Amino acid sequence: MTGGTGNIVAPLPFPTAARRELADGQLRANLRRATHTIRDKRLRVVGEVPDWEALRRSGAAIKDDVLARMPELLEQFEAAAIAAGATVHWARDSTEACAVVTGLVQQTGSTEVVKVKSMATQEIGLNEALAEAGIAAVETDLAELIVQLADDTPSHILVPAIHYNRRQIRDIFASRMPGVDVASLTDEPAALAEAARRHLRAKFLSARVAISGANFAIAETGTLAVVESEGNGRMCLTLPETLISVVGVEKLLPTFRDLEVFLQLLPRSSTGERMNPYTSLWTGVTPGDGPQTLHIVLVDNGRTETLADPVGRQALRCIRCSACLNVCPVYERVGGHAYGSVYPGPIGAILSPQMTGPDAGANRTLPYASTLCGACFDACPVRIDIPQVLVHLRQRGVDARRGRPSAERTAMQAMSWVMRDRRRYAAALRAARRGSAPLRWVTGRRGQVRRLPWPLSAWTASRDAPLPAAETFRDWWAGRDRSTHGGGRS
Amino acid sequence: MRIALFVTCVNDLVFPGTGRAVVRILERLGHTVEFPLEQSCCGQMHANSGYRAESLPLVRGFVDTFTGYDAVVAPSGSCVAMVRDSYPRLAESDPGLAAAVTDLAPRVYELSELLVDVLGVTDVGASFPHRVTYHPTCHGLRMLRLGDRPLRLLRAVRGLDLVDLPGAQECCGFGGTFAVKNADVSAAMLTDKCTAVCDTGAAYVAAADNSCLAHIGGGLSRRNRSSPAPGVRAIHYAEILAGTGQERS
Repeated sequence: MTGGTGNIVAPLPFPTAARRELADGQLRANLRRATHTIRDKRLRVVGEVPDWEALRRSGAAIKDDVLARMPELLEQFEAAAIAAGATVHWARDSTEACAVVTGLVQQTGSTEVVKVKSMATQEIGLNEALAEAGIAAVETDLAELIVQLADDTPSHILVPAIHYNRRQIRDIFASRMPGVDVASLTDEPAALAEAARRHLRAKFLSARVAISGANFAIAETGTLAVVESEGNGRMCLTLPETLISVVGVEKLLPTFRDLEVFLQLLPRSSTGERMNPYTSLWTGVTPGDGPQTLHIVLVDNGRTETLADPVGRQALRCIRCSACLNVCPVYERVGGHAYGSVYPGPIGAILSPQMTGPDAGANRTLPYASTLCGACFDACPVRIDIPQVLVHLRQRGVDARRGRPSAERTAMQAMSWVMRDRRRYAAALRAARRGSAPLRWVTGRRGQVRRLPWPLSAWTASRDAPLPAAETFRDWWAGRDRSTHGGGRS
Repeated sequence: MRIALFVTCVNDLVFPGTGRAVVRILERLGHTVEFPLEQSCCGQMHANSGYRAESLPLVRGFVDTFTGYDAVVAPSGSCVAMVRDSYPRLAESDPGLAAAVTDLAPRVYELSELLVDVLGVTDVGASFPHRVTYHPTCHGLRMLRLGDRPLRLLRAVRGLDLVDLPGAQECCGFGGTFAVKNADVSAAMLTDKCTAVCDTGAAYVAAADNSCLAHIGGGLSRRNRSSPAPGVRAIHYAEILAGTGQERS
């Protein structure tokens, strides 16, 4: 099995991409306002649920069961979906998935498709592949439409246009939306929504093919489910003749009953709502009602490789709620584009390098894009221990490069060697103190130094550095031991 | 009760005043503190950077050094979290070490846990007549779940005016090697934390971890350089509880 491909490979090392994003003050202000709003809303509605912790544990347990029985449940899903009238396709990576979908659209003769927001199709780069085949894909999720019109990429899993404010969205619509009445377009949310509605309604009524993702795929019944806020998704799922659903293999739930847990966990975690406004479920086809042709494309794209890692596989529990993004202090400062993948934030930092393999592009830098503050683990509705997986992936990276020279490893080994022996350690402390004595004399009594040589220059670029004290603790202790135990020293 | 002090490597070298403060507090409360000289570093930096093999000898060293004590106290939330949260995972492959960790880890306490939970004290008899704000630090907050233990201790200090820190639960941006590997993001987080600290009007920002404080204090010190007024100072809360009222050295 090969690693995943597509829009999950970071083109730039995270620190480089982050520096670029940090320079955008407007972006930081937009992100701060948006993430804090969703964060507070989420906290409120999660606080209302007395058995939230039990629900989280149920969600994690159900998904762990899926991961443990993946092949069996996929076959069960396939059989049930076929029995209900769907056609099931399998794709190993993004190239295969795009080829399958493009072929299916071409069979219908359509050159335009409507899309309900889907992370899986973003992941495989479907819109670009369709465009190459002369097929226009129209995003119908409002935020996704904004991003598409702006010729941009999403910067958040749930709120792809989180990095824009109202005024910026108004300008995008005014300059890029066909047929928009520029003169009367204000930046009021109602006016923006109305403009999008007029634009999209025409598309819904003429489209013969729709492409969707799925939030859940129920093995027992072959049912797919999409939850959304705007109703545009439901228009896609019901109006066109042909529906093509692109689904990651980890989206499975064993039974219909399991939805009970996830329809409580997902909306509260993602949008801070008690329930999402639209929940659409479809099982195969029904003559005379809804799409008459249903294709389901089951996508691996690195998920099997991720499943093979006993610690890292918990990333596949993810239900794409994006709660971890909204609480992440790193994401809040840099936004989604810095992660270089359609999966940004803490979950992206563990998902992308596992799906592609760590050496794809700059994905090796992603596990370091965290302070391990733990806010993401607390927020995760399926209890993915993201800090643990980040450390695990760092370790995998270090172990994979044991044979190659590295200044960092040499330093770590040296420190470990010194620190495991009392005499060596005490001598090293003394040497460090003595080595810094001239600096201490220069900097005065506060013991803060303004500039240190590389690599600590990265520290002193923005903050003063403390210096070793005049006397180590152990030396003080030894001196105290020699004299009487009078105390009162400090 | 035999109480051992794990001073931590950062404190030993850079912030020995914090270790002295812990000794002073416990002795004032009538306890004897032992300092096993075999101790060095808990191995957190190695383990969190992915150097498991290099961290294991330090895990063994810690366990060997402290196994005989009834309680081990450390003035560092992150080092205690390392022992309690990461040691069991690191020791998995060695059944003997794993058993020793299972036995020892529950007796390793952050200072406020030892004082409040084990010794049953919230008033340690300190005096510190200054306005103070408290940054809970990520490991203390989300791994050890220290809750309001440090705040209860600080509220009992004579003359101390404790003020809320806006966005207290947010990471300061230190994150060990993150501060160097992702220096720009770290600095952006630090800026916001320092602004929040300064906005409180406090004279001191206290915390349970000198690593985070070195970062925050370094940021404040850089700010203070451009201002003639005396700025906010970073201080380990143990030094407040020791009642010296003196500045960090």
